[in-house]
Amino acid sequence: MTTAAEHIDPAVRAEALASLLIERGLVDQATMNNFIKTYELSVGPMNGAKVVARAWTDPEYRERLLADGTAAIAELGFRGPQGEHIVVLENTPELHNVVVCTLCSCYPWPVLGLPPSWYKDPSYRSRIVREPRTVLAEFGLELGDDVAIRVVDSSSEVRYMVLPMRPAGTEGFSEEELAALVTRDAMVGVAEAVAP
Amino acid sequence: MGGKQGFGHVLPLTAEPAFAEPWEGKAFALGLLSIRAAGANLHAFRHALERVPPGDYLADYYDRWLRASQILLADSGILSAEQVAARAARLSGSDVPEPDPPEPHKPDMPSGGPGNLRTLDTPPAFAVGDRVRTADLRTAGHTKLPGYVRRRTGTVTAIRQAEIFPDTAAHFEGENPQHCYAVEFDSRELWGPDAEPFRLSIDLFEPYLEKVT
Repeated sequence: MTTAAEHIDPAVRAEALASLLIERGLVDQATMNNFIKTYELSVGPMNGAKVVARAWTDPEYRERLLADGTAAIAELGFRGPQGEHIVVLENTPELHNVVVCTLCSCYPWPVLGLPPSWYKDPSYRSRIVREPRTVLAEFGLELGDDVAIRVVDSSSEVRYMVLPMRPAGTEGFSEEELAALVTRDAMVGVAEAVAP
Repeated sequence: MGGKQGFGHVLPLTAEPAFAEPWEGKAFALGLLSIRAAGANLHAFRHALERVPPGDYLADYYDRWLRASQILLADSGILSAEQVAARAARLSGSDVPEPDPPEPHKPDMPSGGPGNLRTLDTPPAFAVGDRVRTADLRTAGHTKLPGYVRRRTGTVTAIRQAEIFPDTAAHFEGENPQHCYAVEFDSRELWGPDAEPFRLSIDLFEPYLEKVT
């Protein structure tokens, strides 16, 4: 069925699809704009960074987060599509977790927003489950041989977020200062939190 | 995609906006709204993504979403490919006639409630610590058992909440909820004795698994 659409510029095809659906009363412009604005402005890794900063400063919250990620994340007000069941994976000096979706591009939207290009790219999706140490090194993360790697493939509706290790030298930092050190990449597991 | 070779170096970890161009945001929203219009079946949308022809599939992410939306809407008789092509041509300045809309035949699947999580009366067949072997699946339809973990032996590490079974739901053949397990595999079980040492964890539905005794 895509042959007819093959050579049409995607921007024009998007417009064609939108106008036809709007005419049929199946889509309204305001809802469409609202979806776009929400993921451009309100939902993104700044949400996950707040979760991580809270876990670094509040041991009881950290326990709750690791026991029931969905509920603990909802305590901070983050919930919504692709966040039905969130499991948080804790990185330690002995174990490094890294998350992928080899089948499509599943990603924990409420805490990280929409996935970045590298996460959706076939190179990452194909290789991280086969040679994670090599791929992490390509990203600039060299792990010692004494660190075990666990790759987690998001194949069900469970969405995964990594709890990175708190960097040294951050004693006495406020939650806000800590959140600034937590990157999207650290919460997927292809980087560590930024050292201050 | 898991384990496929030849895709080269990973892309850089750059900061980027959610949508590089305005049409990408539109394609994203249209994807979500097409799912709603065609029966609120996320699994059917994923199956549509998988049916985008491989060259198009690999070419561009949000274009893939657009094409999947078109497949989903055509499948349910909401919009035909010809309608979209004609409208696109008209938007580009050609005075082509618009074809009549197709006969709607939106599939209907009874819903057990919002979302994908379900509670089952039957107990899970496997326990944490059980050794399980994955099926030799050769389906032509949608499945969440990736090729690279088929016919492999691993260990159950957690029991997840039961979920709608994507393999039937994607085809509007029923929610058919199933128990779901986190299963861990040793990298050498997946890729042979020379593999990098690591563990691979993946969530698998009960029908994919049989116990190894």
